[in-house]
Amino acid sequence: MGSESSNTPGMLAGLTAITRRELLLAWKRPGDVLNPLFFFAMVCTLFPLAIGPSAAQLAFIGPGVLWVAALLASLLSLNSLFLSDYEDGSLEQLLISPQPLPVLAIGKTLAHWVISGLPLVLVSPLLAMTYRLPPGVMGVLMLTLFLGTITLSLLGSIGAALTVGLHRGTALLSLLILPLAMPVLLLGANTVSLAADNEGYATGIWALAAYAVAALSLAPYATSAALRISNE
Amino acid sequence: MRRRRTATERKVLTAKLTAKDLTMIRGERCLFSQMEFALNPGELLLLRGQNGSGKTSLLRAIAGLLSLESGEICWNDIPILSQRQEFHAAMVWLAHRTGLKGDLTPGENLRFEAALRPQSKASVSAIYDRLGIARLKRLPLRLLSAGQQRRVALARMLMADVPLWLMDEPFTNLDSDGRKLVVELVEEHLAGGGLCVMAAHQDVDIDVPVKQVDF
Repeated sequence: MGSESSNTPGMLAGLTAITRRELLLAWKRPGDVLNPLFFFAMVCTLFPLAIGPSAAQLAFIGPGVLWVAALLASLLSLNSLFLSDYEDGSLEQLLISPQPLPVLAIGKTLAHWVISGLPLVLVSPLLAMTYRLPPGVMGVLMLTLFLGTITLSLLGSIGAALTVGLHRGTALLSLLILPLAMPVLLLGANTVSLAADNEGYATGIWALAAYAVAALSLAPYATSAALRISNE
Repeated sequence: MRRRRTATERKVLTAKLTAKDLTMIRGERCLFSQMEFALNPGELLLLRGQNGSGKTSLLRAIAGLLSLESGEICWNDIPILSQRQEFHAAMVWLAHRTGLKGDLTPGENLRFEAALRPQSKASVSAIYDRLGIARLKRLPLRLLSAGQQRRVALARMLMADVPLWLMDEPFTNLDSDGRKLVVELVEEHLAGGGLCVMAAHQDVDIDVPVKQVDF
């Protein structure tokens, strides 16, 4: 850092500021927060109605349905991650701010996760009850969803950054993200199934955690590079 | 007060924006080629041209948002792309779009901006008063008129303690008082040793050393 930029606010100040701004915006527009949550709850409650009340069947499909619904809910909400910033010009202002862009990308993504991912984790035990999952599995379900939704938000931020300049980029975004998101879905759903069958599931948790750490350390750089390209 | 003055002096000594051999092609069209300029403290670079002639593209290139076909833009003789953070800590951009969030109040918007770049020690309320936006502080930005939003964007510019101002059509949407105010602000900024690059399609009546680039 040169002497001229010595009075630039630090990285932590930038990270807190952008996270706070995003949460404040979400607070003023609660609809955006509730959308993915409603979607998640709706899909999860419709399946038991369509399939019937057989406990064995519901417990069998439960983990898979919960996880697919969570994945789709995350994907749905990701499209808007950078869109409003792109449209009102504040994305350009972020690109030319002296704060490192990956830090700002982490802040935006974490705020997005708090708004759209965390609520899913919190309501998942409630929805799991409709699938007659044993109470002991709730903890595993929440832990896998916690790690999984963080990873999905981070992976999704790359796709959202790449498609932000394209109109109606939702389909392309899903196409870009799904291959990367597959391991999360497989690990998450299977770990919960194993836990429900009283078998060892620790490997799945570790693998999910490893994927989350990898995404947290690499995705912000990819996101910021993608943002620069989209804003050319 | 004393520390502030030394900071300004240092800015005066070091700030310099130079460009040589700039060529930019967007799509099939060559917007400009072989362009060069050198801007020193206290000088205004005026980009003149019709709509769509490439003024904004050049500004975006100076800001580091657009890549050039050839040529190099340097800040203190170092290419801006190899010192992105240092350069961005020395500039602020008044773009065509305000870049402020419509759902937040001017106060909330500016508090966020304050965490991004070096801030001037001038009091925030004095800046609000000067721009005539003090009583709008608590309204969501989307309820303000285009001109009032523009004034909030100007407040962001004034709050930043940076030598280089990039302004894209700063007079858009402003009333005659507002236009006069922009001229005054630019004159003060340059008198304090700042630099300014301004894109304008109409005549600008500013009493400072002007370098002009025509498109």
